[in-house]
Amino acid sequence: MTQYFNEMYHGGKVRAPYARLEDWMNAMPAELRTLKQAEAEELFRRIGITFAVYGEGGDPDRLIPFDMFPRVFTGGEWAKLERGIKQRARALNAFLMDVYGRGEIVRAGRIPARLVYQNDAYEKAVAGIKPPKGVYSHIVGIDIVRTGPEDFFVLEDNCRTPSGVSYMLENREIMMRMFPDLFRGNRIEPVDRYPEMLRRTLASVAPQKCSREPTIVLLTPGPFNSAYYEHSFLADLMGIELVEGQDLFVEGEFVWMRTTEGPKRVDVIYRRIDDAFIDPLCFRPDSTLGVPGLMDVYRSGGVSICSAPGAGVADDKAVYTFVPEMVRFYLGEEPILQNVPTWQCGKRDDLGYVLDNLGDLVVKEVHGSGGYGMLVGPKATKAEVEHFRAKVTSDPGNYIAQPTLALSTTPTFVAEGVAPRHVDLRPYCLVGERIELVPGALTRVALTEGSLVVNSSQGGGVKDTWVLAE
Amino acid sequence: MLLSVDHVTRYSYDQPVRAVMQSHRLTPSVFDGQKVVNWKVTVSDGIQGGSFRDGAGDRVQSWTVKGPVSEIEVRVHGTVETTDLAGLLRGHRELVPPEVYLVNSPPTTADAALIALAEASRDAEGSLATAHRVAAAVADAIAYRPGATHAHTTAAEALALGEGVCQDHAHALIACARVLGLPARYVSGYLFATADGSAHEAAHAWGEVFIAGLGWVGFDPANRCCPDERYIRLGSGSDAQDAAPIRGTARGLGEESLDVTVAVQNLQQ
Repeated sequence: MTQYFNEMYHGGKVRAPYARLEDWMNAMPAELRTLKQAEAEELFRRIGITFAVYGEGGDPDRLIPFDMFPRVFTGGEWAKLERGIKQRARALNAFLMDVYGRGEIVRAGRIPARLVYQNDAYEKAVAGIKPPKGVYSHIVGIDIVRTGPEDFFVLEDNCRTPSGVSYMLENREIMMRMFPDLFRGNRIEPVDRYPEMLRRTLASVAPQKCSREPTIVLLTPGPFNSAYYEHSFLADLMGIELVEGQDLFVEGEFVWMRTTEGPKRVDVIYRRIDDAFIDPLCFRPDSTLGVPGLMDVYRSGGVSICSAPGAGVADDKAVYTFVPEMVRFYLGEEPILQNVPTWQCGKRDDLGYVLDNLGDLVVKEVHGSGGYGMLVGPKATKAEVEHFRAKVTSDPGNYIAQPTLALSTTPTFVAEGVAPRHVDLRPYCLVGERIELVPGALTRVALTEGSLVVNSSQGGGVKDTWVLAE
Repeated sequence: MLLSVDHVTRYSYDQPVRAVMQSHRLTPSVFDGQKVVNWKVTVSDGIQGGSFRDGAGDRVQSWTVKGPVSEIEVRVHGTVETTDLAGLLRGHRELVPPEVYLVNSPPTTADAALIALAEASRDAEGSLATAHRVAAAVADAIAYRPGATHAHTTAAEALALGEGVCQDHAHALIACARVLGLPARYVSGYLFATADGSAHEAAHAWGEVFIAGLGWVGFDPANRCCPDERYIRLGSGSDAQDAAPIRGTARGLGEESLDVTVAVQNLQQ
């Protein structure tokens, strides 16, 4: 029987950061809790924050479940996490600058050339580009799990367009509205600086050709995208325009936005559309979501694209294995945050081990995300395991495997009262002129008892995440 | 040779179009085998956009035409001094590592027939000899016949058909080289058609294979040779679309028709 670290109760005692929450929990009668839960749901529905679940059909405006029980970190715990996250974000960006430049890390034999240069996410089109401040990935979402009081592991990196930050902000907003007393009694670090911090980060990477206050826009694929709410929410909070491809056009050396007062030059594009769709002249010719000619403007220094096309080569699950090596190679430091041990099914020895131990491992597709195409060995049926055995055997290079981690739990409101449920953590690190992050993150919780899959697309929920002031 | 190029591409639309956007790779590559004497590209009603040298060493220049227009003319005129380097791309500055050109796109994805053709071309003497044999095998297997294939024909389809044009030859060469683990890419450029009156188009395409120790080496299966002083190299890509000298889009419902004339002359006759 695996022992899971409970972030509230440990060694028969309530851990210090949760002390006040125990009183709060005990003082809340069941009727009040039901009432509050309904109120929270009503608030979320009114704000319009929903999450469409890919491939499952059903109600696209389904609410992502919100759990009212906050997750809490001490200032000390957070300080260490913050150092580790920033270190990783720095290393990932150094890696991107390098592999689109001289490729020193490959020449030094520290990562196989094949993994980088034959990677689907490697974009030949950006080779040689030196983006402003040397940043390719401006918003780095790093998924972290905890297995003990001092034990944190990075599960994966997201260097392209990590989503979910609107939940971090809304969860806090709603908790403060529903339980103002909680916030009077606890000194909780605020997270509401995030939009301004993001705006400042984007402004700091304006292209050299921009010699005035930069015009920043958020480029969305449109209302049919599952994260559209977040796109409009962030644009609104940052006070920038939310645009679709058709609102922008290229003329001469620059990108322009159509406005009622005529064309306005755009300097920085925070894009929430995938590389392949961003410019039909450079990538998929059939894409209607992007802006024809955008890449030529970008490559000649007329506009900044955040994150840069091609940034995904750093967050691939096979490249992930080498991130600690990147930290050592580029920064000359030891990694503060550890990786989860990972087997590359593309390696013969690793493949043998994985196939022999499928029932105990988590197997993921190298390019998968959102919890799709993933096997959780201990929770899978025999048929599912065999199905994966066939998939992995036929295309080993497309899979990696990791041990099933004993994800920590935090108390969560469930039908029967309060019970431990597994959680993970996604902080959002901003990289521009400076590297910074707000003291807070998105906590995802697997609401099904015993489940280790926290993805919202797989029925996970979210929690407010507190960092206590020291 | 001292080669002069006159290349005119005329786009006609049956209804006017707006916001025409083009990305050009229409400037001769810089390497030891060719030296630009003069070169000029113009686009009717065009606004010149940013220009840069990309990671593969190609000069990229974008253009916009606001419109509405019913016709656009892209005119290339210039003179290049060329030297025969037996296909070697010597002195070419580029950053993209050769491994990138092992990745296939649909037109270069090998089927069983291409794999068989590649495997039969292995030569014990090494990569260079192998690449020569691949080029010869492709030339034997795909007869030159204009009109037999179209812009989106894949290497596998052309091989099955047994006929094609330079684009199909280049795709087949690339597909086979990659099967054998040799990085390969598509090159677009111009060819000075020889005095014997052979029918090959002056707007031409061929392939390059990366040979360890030598670097990139050109192979032209269509003409059963390696590029020499009759060739002008413009740019490269992983396939024909990626290496296209002109990529463009336009807004509007106008149906596009294309008229291309290319004349390459030897000024030292």
